[in-house]
Amino acid sequence: MKLTQLLTQKKSAIFERWLDMIFSTYPPETSAFLKKEKDRFNNPMAYRIYEGAKGLVNGLVLGATAEEVSGYLDEIIRIKAMQDVAPSQALAFIFFLKTAVREELHPEIQSDAALSAEVVELESQIDGIALLGFDVYQKRREKLCEIRVDEVKRSVSGLLRKAGVNLNNL
Amino acid sequence: MAKLPTPAELAKVSYSPPAKGWMEIKPDFRPGQYVNAADPKWMEWIDYPYPRKWSVPDEDWQLPSNWKEIILEGMEDRLNRFRSLKIFFDICVRCGACADKCHFFLGTGDPKNMPVLRAELLRSVYKRYFTRIGKALGDLVGARDLDESVIKEWFYYLHQCTICRRCSLFCPYGIDMAEMTLLGREMLASIGLNIDWALASVAQCYDKGSHIGATPQAFKDMIDFLAEENERITGISTPVSYNRKGAEILFVTPSGDYFADPGTFTLMGYLLLFKYLDLDYTFSTYAAEGGNFGWFVSHEMGKRLNTKIYEEAKRLKVKWILGGECGHMWRVCNQYMTTWWGESPTFLEEPVSPITGTKFENAKVHKMVHISEFTADLIKHGKLKLDPQRNAHIKLTFHDSCNTARGMGIFEEPRYIINNVLPEGHFFEMPPNTIREKTFCCGSSSGINANENMEARMQGGFPRANAVRYVHEKYGVNHLGCICALDRATLPTLLQYWVPEVDVTGITELVGNALVFEDEIERTTDLRDRDLVGFGEEEGAEEEE
Repeated sequence: MKLTQLLTQKKSAIFERWLDMIFSTYPPETSAFLKKEKDRFNNPMAYRIYEGAKGLVNGLVLGATAEEVSGYLDEIIRIKAMQDVAPSQALAFIFFLKTAVREELHPEIQSDAALSAEVVELESQIDGIALLGFDVYQKRREKLCEIRVDEVKRSVSGLLRKAGVNLNNL
Repeated sequence: MAKLPTPAELAKVSYSPPAKGWMEIKPDFRPGQYVNAADPKWMEWIDYPYPRKWSVPDEDWQLPSNWKEIILEGMEDRLNRFRSLKIFFDICVRCGACADKCHFFLGTGDPKNMPVLRAELLRSVYKRYFTRIGKALGDLVGARDLDESVIKEWFYYLHQCTICRRCSLFCPYGIDMAEMTLLGREMLASIGLNIDWALASVAQCYDKGSHIGATPQAFKDMIDFLAEENERITGISTPVSYNRKGAEILFVTPSGDYFADPGTFTLMGYLLLFKYLDLDYTFSTYAAEGGNFGWFVSHEMGKRLNTKIYEEAKRLKVKWILGGECGHMWRVCNQYMTTWWGESPTFLEEPVSPITGTKFENAKVHKMVHISEFTADLIKHGKLKLDPQRNAHIKLTFHDSCNTARGMGIFEEPRYIINNVLPEGHFFEMPPNTIREKTFCCGSSSGINANENMEARMQGGFPRANAVRYVHEKYGVNHLGCICALDRATLPTLLQYWVPEVDVTGITELVGNALVFEDEIERTTDLRDRDLVGFGEEEGAEEEE
């Protein structure tokens, strides 16, 4: 209970700290840009990551369904899944949330043993988010395969229609 | 217990400044991020140098032994021939105005996709070998030796530039990254480094007449089939004229319009429009390709593929040329074709619309008119009977294609057409910093719309898709309109990943839907066989209620 109150209180500080860690996974020039430019169209990556991360922190504090969490995760993972990084790198950001919480609540956790037990429970929830993250990542990679195949089909679709072949049956 | 990496270590988070400068950080060729090396057979077809089997992830790219001399001589030659290149190399003050304007930087987050740094990949070699200060001070002034790793870097990043020129718009000096990319690609080609997707299209086009390698028979068969489709849906016969000498107009369009959906529906729209006007036009099975992937490889190859358009116009004795909906074709035909030909073609006339009498003075030199200009003029003069309700199932936003918009200033014509063929309140603009001159590229142009680099394409197109998603969520937009065949080929894929609820359409397809013929059958579907809103069965159903 104590933790929920604390989290509600420090929600935006945790969020800012976490966002900063996510942006810092990019090279310094990029990271500086992601943090600085606030226009959602001039800086789409930061905007989508911001929206996803905000949803996840809110979800963690106020509660959210697995479906909602997957949606927030997808905002970020949709970007990570096509960037030039290994799956482990793509999903590492979720675990940074643990660090962000621990760092932000450090004094309170140090002085209150009961709180420490609640933090373990919270970290377990973040592990759950990470597991959902695997699902979302896999779906996005499958989507990339699917759109490759669909594009090939579309490139000859006129010809196939002419031959009386229904593309949807292929 | 063995030491396992922490998430922060895995993600390579470091809060200290990087130990290495940009010159030392080399690209990692991971699948999905690069386009495959050209098959040597294509190079042999077009007599391109150093054909060989090699693969991008290979350590050894089997460069010719004198590759360095070839590149440096090539650079010297280009510095002499293109004064612009020398100016672009010398004038940049690293102000950074361009840095965050590239869609590839915004999508990949890779600093070398900042145009200023992409240009630096070439500029650093120029400095080292062609400037006194660079020769003397080396990397202190941003100069560096040319070695194979530099060439690999060029190959990687010059194929993550779609020559869209958005960066040039923001550059206070107007430095044109597109020109640097094109010349850089030429130099790569001179040592046998080409991408397969572009070169296969080039070789096919050179050999058979179109990027997809369609024979004249296949070209004719396919377009005849689309004419039959028109008749099935509208009851209007739209017979097609091919290679007809003495026709007034030669119509040239990219091959994407006659083989791949949704371009095919746009072509059906052209045929309906021409029939409606009884236009005296002809297709050519020789000039069967409006697009020009040659331009993405070298100026010389661009010229080789382009020549057939004027040659065919001359042979068929037409008066002027009408172009279909295409982006890079349009830039090539407007800004390069006459130079490549050597003069404004004397065998053609200044284009005049036979329907409205409008003189297309903007086409006085190259004698070719874009179909959007032509159609907008027809509507302006009240020459088309249109029923916008037939497009009532479409809520549209418009993607300004880089070459037609930023390259040529065609902003108003497609919008004018859209507003006349759609019901009121069905057209929604994307935010101002993502359209018109500032439009975001599709991320797949300039010969990189291959299959193997899909991840890179999705990153490049992300800023565009992000703006489409905004209008989809805010206004319920379900179609993205464009006047470019490459857009029609690649945007559906992009949107399938980012905004799957939105389809892609050409603008002339919407014209085809809306055109009212006197003797047509009752239309119940659009050109894609989708039910119209408020027509046919649905209307009947309402009556039953």
